Amino acid sequence: MITRRNFCKKSLLLIGGMAVPLAALEIFNPGRLSAEKDDPAKVRWVFLVDTFKCVGCGFCVRACKLENEIPYDANVSRTWVERYVVTKDGQVHTDSPKAARDGFTSKSIDQASRGLLEIKDEDIDKAFFVPKLCNQCDNPPCVQVCPVGATYQTPDGVVLVDRTWCIGCGYCVMGCPYGVRFFHPVYKAAEKCNFCYHRISKGLKSACVEACPFGARRIGNIKDPEDPVTRIIMTERVAVLKEEYGTKPQVFYLGMSREVK
Amino acid sequence: MVHGEVWTAKELFVYPNEYIYWTIQIVMYPFMTGLVAGAFVLSSLYHVFGVKQLKEIARFSLAFSFALLPVAMMPLLLHLQFPFRGIEVMMTPHFTSAIAAFGIVFTTYGMIVAAELWFVYRKFFVETALELRKLTVRSFVQQVRYILYSVLTLGAWDISEHSLEKDERAVKMLAGLGIPVACFLHGYAGFIFGSVKANALWMTPLMPVIFICSAVVSGIALCIITYIATMEIRKAIHAWRLKNNPALPSIEELKSAELQDVTMTSRYLVMFLILAITLELLDLIFRGYTAVKSWDILRSVIYDKDFFNIFVIQYGMGNLIPFILFLMPRLTIRRAVVGTLLVLLGVFMMRWNVVIGGQAFSSSLAGFMHYHLPIWPDSLETFKEGLFGALLVAATPFVLFWLLGRIIPIFSVKNTH
Repeated sequence: MITRRNFCKKSLLLIGGMAVPLAALEIFNPGRLSAEKDDPAKVRWVFLVDTFKCVGCGFCVRACKLENEIPYDANVSRTWVERYVVTKDGQVHTDSPKAARDGFTSKSIDQASRGLLEIKDEDIDKAFFVPKLCNQCDNPPCVQVCPVGATYQTPDGVVLVDRTWCIGCGYCVMGCPYGVRFFHPVYKAAEKCNFCYHRISKGLKSACVEACPFGARRIGNIKDPEDPVTRIIMTERVAVLKEEYGTKPQVFYLGMSREVK
Repeated sequence: MVHGEVWTAKELFVYPNEYIYWTIQIVMYPFMTGLVAGAFVLSSLYHVFGVKQLKEIARFSLAFSFALLPVAMMPLLLHLQFPFRGIEVMMTPHFTSAIAAFGIVFTTYGMIVAAELWFVYRKFFVETALELRKLTVRSFVQQVRYILYSVLTLGAWDISEHSLEKDERAVKMLAGLGIPVACFLHGYAGFIFGSVKANALWMTPLMPVIFICSAVVSGIALCIITYIATMEIRKAIHAWRLKNNPALPSIEELKSAELQDVTMTSRYLVMFLILAITLELLDLIFRGYTAVKSWDILRSVIYDKDFFNIFVIQYGMGNLIPFILFLMPRLTIRRAVVGTLLVLLGVFMMRWNVVIGGQAFSSSLAGFMHYHLPIWPDSLETFKEGLFGALLVAATPFVLFWLLGRIIPIFSVKNTH
């Protein structure tokens, strides 16, 4: 006759004993093993911005808003263009009115609550435009801080958001040093640029790249050595934004200047 | 309108998507968890370290800590874009996130406090249930109370000397276990901020420690003030009853807000206050001395934009004045009330200056954001994340505390009825 104590003991032992070989099934998952043998991802999406070519027309911002259903008049955008004006006294003036959706139609600098700042042409030392978008970091802080795993990184490097799982705590918005994240005005979930993942995964270019008339924006696969974007990144002098945060950003800039924030 | 746009005013260059996303509720969150942790640490001073003078306030602060518990997560829920998905943090925690630990830490802590409270009051549950059982005819209310207390005994009816001794040991153990967990609960709230590398003001390893110290300060302060307030109310009620029935014991016999209790507790308050200020100043000096890239904008936020909030309200009114008030000889109840209220204000402003101050500048380090607290709500959003939402959070623990007081005797006075 088996006692209750003995029964409990033995069944626990049995379950524990069975768990060991069952765990092996996970450790030696043949599917995963074969996947890991050949490179798991043949694609790693990267972006190349040539700031020399950008004229601040804002076509990219408009195309992005329409493509990704970000309400046109909402004061948020997955991508934007910044204007930098450096004056002779060494001051740097920056703006991005309406995320540059309509381009830069006025010479005056939008200083938000401080109003418009007029700068005389002769006072300007240099001026240029810098398009911004999600850096699809290799070490994304937004993915790290999401408490429910609603934002995640795909094997090809793009960081996505699961709108059905996001709780809307805003930790990812706070965690991003580049300020690319916001809450979608309609869906309320965290929102960000995803290199138009629905397009690039079908072999198309992202909407902003398609819309840029000057070729200032290009997207490519850094794992393909023949990719023209890869070749530029590998052979020319490129810079990334805010490297000091250790996020390993994957949007590369040609013609970067120290004033860029 | 985009979330955050209503209460954010931008100045100079701020990234287009940047708004003040963490608002008053995120100020309330560390403030409330701080009170929870602080109240618990205060009660543990008696239970674990045997500080006898705190006996009276210890039971009180334990019960108060329990009443504050559910309120610690209330501001978080009110702040979420999807409050009904909040449970996902418990169901699918993503452990690289500091917030994901919330479910585990919070439930552990909740269980410890509940268990400790149960051990403290078990004798009372059993006695009350047994008394009610003796009655042959029970009214409806008595019947409900009988069932309630019988359930609350959890079937442990033994109140012999031996088993009560065991209870006491359990309380001591739980209180001891509770201190690190309470510190963890709150230290980790500090970690949530301190680990955001994108935010120049938040990112410091000192943040969790600063949070714990100010938490203890605020918890003790709230316990003192609530203790005094309830004692005064009870005295008033008793005086009124005394008029109708002179046979009752006089007010002097009623254990009133003893100055002794308040003086003793305020000593601990001052101790932790010194610790908190030291760490905060260390952080400030260190930032100024090392002057890394972000210091330029931080300096203009700290010494210019937020000067009044930080140096006048937080350090001046919230730290310096109460410090003097408590250290002046012959503490009176009235002075203690003023002092503790100012301390609470100071700690609240510290949270405010961290949470709102941390978003007062853009990550571009070239622009500022100003927060305008929505007062009168015109939508659910401005209610939840406005003045009234915050007041709702602030008022809830007192309602819960009152309810708790209906069930368990928080004060040891037995002869008032």
